[in-house]
Amino acid sequence: MVSQILFLALTVAAIALFTVNMRKIIRNIRLGKAVDRNDQPQKRLMTMLRVAFGQSKMVVKPIPAFLHFFVYIGFVIINIEVLEIMIDGLFGTHRIFHGLGGLYNFLIGSFEILAFTVWLACIIFFIRRNVLNLKRFKGVEMTSWPKSDANYILITEVLLMTAFLLMNAADAKLQLLGYDHYVSAGSFPISQFLVNLLPNSTQSLVMIERSTWWFHIIGILAFLNYLPYSKHFHILFAFPNTYYSNLNPKGEFTNMASVTNEVKAMLDPSFVPAETEAGKFGAKDATDLNWVNLMNAYTCTECGRCTSVCPANITGKLLSPRKIMMDTRDRITEIGKNIDKHGAEHQDGKSLLDDYITREEIWACTSCNACVQACPVNIDPLQIITELRRFAVMEESQAPGSINTMMGNIENNQAPWKYSPADRFNWAEENNG
Amino acid sequence: MEFKVPTMAELMAAGEEPEILFWVGCAGSYDERAQKITRDICKILHHVGIKYAVLGTEESCTGDPAKRAGNEFLFQMQAMTNIEVLNAYNIKKIVTGCPHCFNTIKNEYPGLGGTYDVIHHTQLIQDLINEGKLKAEGGESFKGKKITYHDPCYLGRGNGIYEAPRKALEVLDAQLVEMKRCKSNGLCCGAGGAQMFKEPEKGNKDINVERIDEALETNPQVIAAGCPFCMTMLSDGIKLKDKEQEVKVLDIAEITARANGL
Repeated sequence: MVSQILFLALTVAAIALFTVNMRKIIRNIRLGKAVDRNDQPQKRLMTMLRVAFGQSKMVVKPIPAFLHFFVYIGFVIINIEVLEIMIDGLFGTHRIFHGLGGLYNFLIGSFEILAFTVWLACIIFFIRRNVLNLKRFKGVEMTSWPKSDANYILITEVLLMTAFLLMNAADAKLQLLGYDHYVSAGSFPISQFLVNLLPNSTQSLVMIERSTWWFHIIGILAFLNYLPYSKHFHILFAFPNTYYSNLNPKGEFTNMASVTNEVKAMLDPSFVPAETEAGKFGAKDATDLNWVNLMNAYTCTECGRCTSVCPANITGKLLSPRKIMMDTRDRITEIGKNIDKHGAEHQDGKSLLDDYITREEIWACTSCNACVQACPVNIDPLQIITELRRFAVMEESQAPGSINTMMGNIENNQAPWKYSPADRFNWAEENNG
Repeated sequence: MEFKVPTMAELMAAGEEPEILFWVGCAGSYDERAQKITRDICKILHHVGIKYAVLGTEESCTGDPAKRAGNEFLFQMQAMTNIEVLNAYNIKKIVTGCPHCFNTIKNEYPGLGGTYDVIHHTQLIQDLINEGKLKAEGGESFKGKKITYHDPCYLGRGNGIYEAPRKALEVLDAQLVEMKRCKSNGLCCGAGGAQMFKEPEKGNKDINVERIDEALETNPQVIAAGCPFCMTMLSDGIKLKDKEQEVKVLDIAEITARANGL
């Protein structure tokens, strides 16, 4: 009875804490500007099924794709086991689903195999990150916290899977000994190899079984609450993020409606603009971005595929699309904390542009869309870069000198170079004589 | 090959409408190297007998570099002025000589009142090959030559067009070799996003040199391009590597024109 109450209290506390933090993150995302991404629901659903569920963009890098696939499948399927743990914990039962018989054996057997593959994949991932010198896991933005964050996640998963397998091994041994309520249930293709390593005393076995059971469920609840502080949010946000991703051709940049009104009024003095909200052009701070940009930032798991294909980054420039996403997330989180502490009107005098992302970074972008293409969860760093450029150019007139020259030429000569519009058709003289 | 390039104004005066408008673009109009590509596109259009026209001095920058640089005002000013001209001429179909013009007119003009059927010149060439109007005969033979194709970002990733330019090369019976980074994984030449008009930020290598190094790894005789900006970047790279004699950088239109003896 005591353990049931303890279990209930822990579960309620964990879910409550997670809800509080999750609501803060959703509130932060909603600080972003409106953008309509509710069109074409069928196409959106298919995109989500293909990219998030189907992991279609992971296959570009086959080795991590293969390993990640096991971790992903393991995560999704082993969570069915959590349902049984929850019921057992609340009602003081033991392996409540064992009545399913053959199906139960099959399920437990599958969980074991998956748990082992997750365990192995996480060990390999750990080695890839810490022993092999992979460039993708380095870079200016990969400071000590992002590195530790990744390692904490991997270590936790290894420990959770170890506990799960040890628990089964102890249970299996107790079943063999016909001890107490340990009914014969489940099949143990992996943990059978651990049985002989365990002590023979039933008392020790029960202790191992109980402690690993508690470790497993407390671990899961703790992990759930670690998510809001970590890069690992993609396990939840990958789904909405792909659903709400941009469906237009990647080359297409948005046309700013506020500008359309002003340009129409300039070209046609009789034009009466429709009511639109006034505001600044482009983005200076994270709250000037739209909510999809901000959701992108929370979805980023810092894998670095974007940065590894960025032509600017490859050639040693400061720009790193991963850093753009991490900076955006860190800034909107900071703004959220300010709201919690000092109220919604508080200004801390900082902004995304300059305090987090420098001008040197945004002007190094070739808008080639390689980062957008590379992201396995359809994050779009290019949109953020574009919004920052829009602010720099339209609000501040702070473009690099040669860009100003180019724009001046377009304005005066209708071409980015200083040629006379009258000479535009001279290329045909060879033909036309 | 001598013929006159018709303008929209002339056609309108004669009470005629073209099948397709050839949008030349600023690079195609003013850049000496790109002008050659422009003339070859005209030769192809003339050769197959498509009724086409250009805007001539009535053409103006699409606004693409201004938009990528963040100047939405200038972009929309350009776009609306151009749309006015295009709509006044009742234009339905456009072929562009530049992926940037292509992307801008195709994707960004409709929202501002300019909706046209827009294709890039490599798509036109693919269509003409499929229709049997263009072959690879009567001109320079590319048979067995090693050609590698560089995907322009705004044609490839930007709009998902990877096959049309390759189709135009396949018909040559040449030996097509892909670079390590190709198609959706293609590496930018370094000119996009208004980079063409500024010095690069501090780094340890120029992007076009990174790309040329990769292209040269395939040991090509020809590097094929489909964009006047890529043409500039790749040609500069080849000059820097002192490989101008061994390796030619040619646009798909130029290769097609040569193969057909135009």
